[in-house]
Amino acid sequence: MTATEANGGGTILELEDVHTFYGSIHALKGITIEVREREIVTLIGANGAGKSTTLRSINGLNRPRRGTIRFQGQVITDAPAHKIVKMGIAQSPEGRRLFPRMSVLENLQMGAFQRSGKDKDLHSDLDRVYTLFPRLAERKSQMAGTLSGGEQQMVAIGRALMARPKLLMLDEPSMGLAPIFVERIFDIIREINEQGTPILLVEQNAMMALDVAQRGYVLETGTIALADEAKALRQNEQVRKTYLGEE
Amino acid sequence: MADLPEKFGGRQPSRVGRFLGSGGGGTLDALPPIVRRLLLPAVVILLAFTYPTWREWFTEVPVFGGLLPGIGTAVIMIVFTMMAVGLNVVVGYAGLLDLGYVAFYAAGAYTAAWLASRHYEQVTFHFGSVGLAEDVIGIHLSIWLILPIAGIFTAIIGILIGLPTLRLRGDYLAIVTLGFGEIIPQFVRNADSIKGFNLTNGTFGINPIDSPGFGSGLGAIGLPESYQQSFDRANWFYWTALLLLVFTVFCCVQLRDSRLGRAWIAIREDETAAAAMGVPLMRTKTWAYAIGAFFGGIAGAYYASFKSGAFPSDFFFNISVFLLCMVILGGMGSVWGAIVGGLFLSYLDQEGLAKIGTEIGIQDVPKYSFGIYGLLIVLVMLFRPTGLIAERRHKRELEEGVHDESLYGAQH
Repeated sequence: MTATEANGGGTILELEDVHTFYGSIHALKGITIEVREREIVTLIGANGAGKSTTLRSINGLNRPRRGTIRFQGQVITDAPAHKIVKMGIAQSPEGRRLFPRMSVLENLQMGAFQRSGKDKDLHSDLDRVYTLFPRLAERKSQMAGTLSGGEQQMVAIGRALMARPKLLMLDEPSMGLAPIFVERIFDIIREINEQGTPILLVEQNAMMALDVAQRGYVLETGTIALADEAKALRQNEQVRKTYLGEE
Repeated sequence: MADLPEKFGGRQPSRVGRFLGSGGGGTLDALPPIVRRLLLPAVVILLAFTYPTWREWFTEVPVFGGLLPGIGTAVIMIVFTMMAVGLNVVVGYAGLLDLGYVAFYAAGAYTAAWLASRHYEQVTFHFGSVGLAEDVIGIHLSIWLILPIAGIFTAIIGILIGLPTLRLRGDYLAIVTLGFGEIIPQFVRNADSIKGFNLTNGTFGINPIDSPGFGSGLGAIGLPESYQQSFDRANWFYWTALLLLVFTVFCCVQLRDSRLGRAWIAIREDETAAAAMGVPLMRTKTWAYAIGAFFGGIAGAYYASFKSGAFPSDFFFNISVFLLCMVILGGMGSVWGAIVGGLFLSYLDQEGLAKIGTEIGIQDVPKYSFGIYGLLIVLVMLFRPTGLIAERRHKRELEEGVHDESLYGAQH
């Protein structure tokens, strides 16, 4: 808590010089980022730059070998994944990773796993998800594996929201979706944020991501190449060339 | 609360309807859900408990009457079915391939051997033992006490094995469990002189093991003092085994529909996603292992008491495979499946193959038992890939065409 106060701006998540390895591969070579209250922060970069690894380092699925991760002022670098979820970091993982043979409703309930038991809350949370994604209410008893990609993405985001996150991490929510779905998903990301949840957004679709975010980091081969306001990054020559596909 | 639990648990009614055929469906639907849900189990339990009686009616019927298992065989069938239902928690619910379940069976059997035989001749300790003179040497606890002790002891062994191994996934886990399934019987075979201390009596095994029973006090209401010395010994063993199985099935069904059960299924479906949802992987898997072991231990202890002995030659690797066959044949994750698979295969093993051999005039049939089981598995996998009684999720998958790949590379 003291760290939050010291930072004034209400930093909720801080990564300090984080190094993460896959076996002997040095995937993150000293990442330092922060997410503040009520912000959308995006990580952009090419395939293999370390975007998803950064998220996996935060949520405890791939522990950093060096560096510190703080969430609401508490060090969580070595905390197990389920504790981190319990503390309030939920995510829609890369590739969505639904439970294919569970129904939509069961998938959503799994999102609330860490605090299941208080069923009254569960109902209001389900209502919230169904309001954001009316389609899911229609399909709640359908098995998740039979949904279309766009619907699956809705379940993945809805499932993360069911944890009542204090920080929401989204990994490539636009991946594999038709353009019209991408627009809608980003509208919803904005809406969730406006309801008060800070979001850490990993995207290959840099244009959309920088549009919706307040700040952004550009990752290149495991290091932060650029860090700035999203607006400024959109103007940046190099970013425009490399990630926005402009000449 | 409202509709939440129903989504996880309340599906039995339609199955009952289907089981009893379309003719009864209309009237069944009029019954309240709780009655519909309990109807099939109640009928099955009733038929099972009265089996020793109605078996007699059919002994004269040609072929069919001859094929009905004897009561002693039925006890063994039920014990193996208990183990299949326990193994189903590990393999079917949590998706952890365990090739060493026989270790739990052995641990349970030896718990009974240690606590209810003359093996430890250094001491004379009796507590609730039946059918024995006061001064018989060794530890003699009541079997009723030993069953839960064996369950808990075996569960602890399950946890000890689980802690280092459950970090592994898939094939790696299977290979390590295979190792433990060999280590424990080997240990038992050789632990007759640990620095001079005879723990297991080596290859000779430990026998006799005390019988269950109710002592002399309850004879007035018709309960036998000691099963082994009782006039209808087999029947008492049978009814008790059946009670243990009902208890096992009840626990496993309740567990499946619990929060823990949901966590198991989530791990089975996608381990990484489950972790990301806040399911504590190690703890949840260890629970599956411990609970699977618990029932294996009880079954082992009861079986040891039934056959009045625990011998290392009972605990070979083929038992693990045999139990796994029961679960796969019945339908992974399905409790009814494990029951049907367990009863069916253990029947074939104990009596069925020999009887069929006699019927068709080829005496050698039992020699090819594992070949026959293998063929059965292949046939079931070809024609009913989800097993004889499919688990609800697998069944829906087959009907609705859930495709895993769509989750990863989906185009809208």
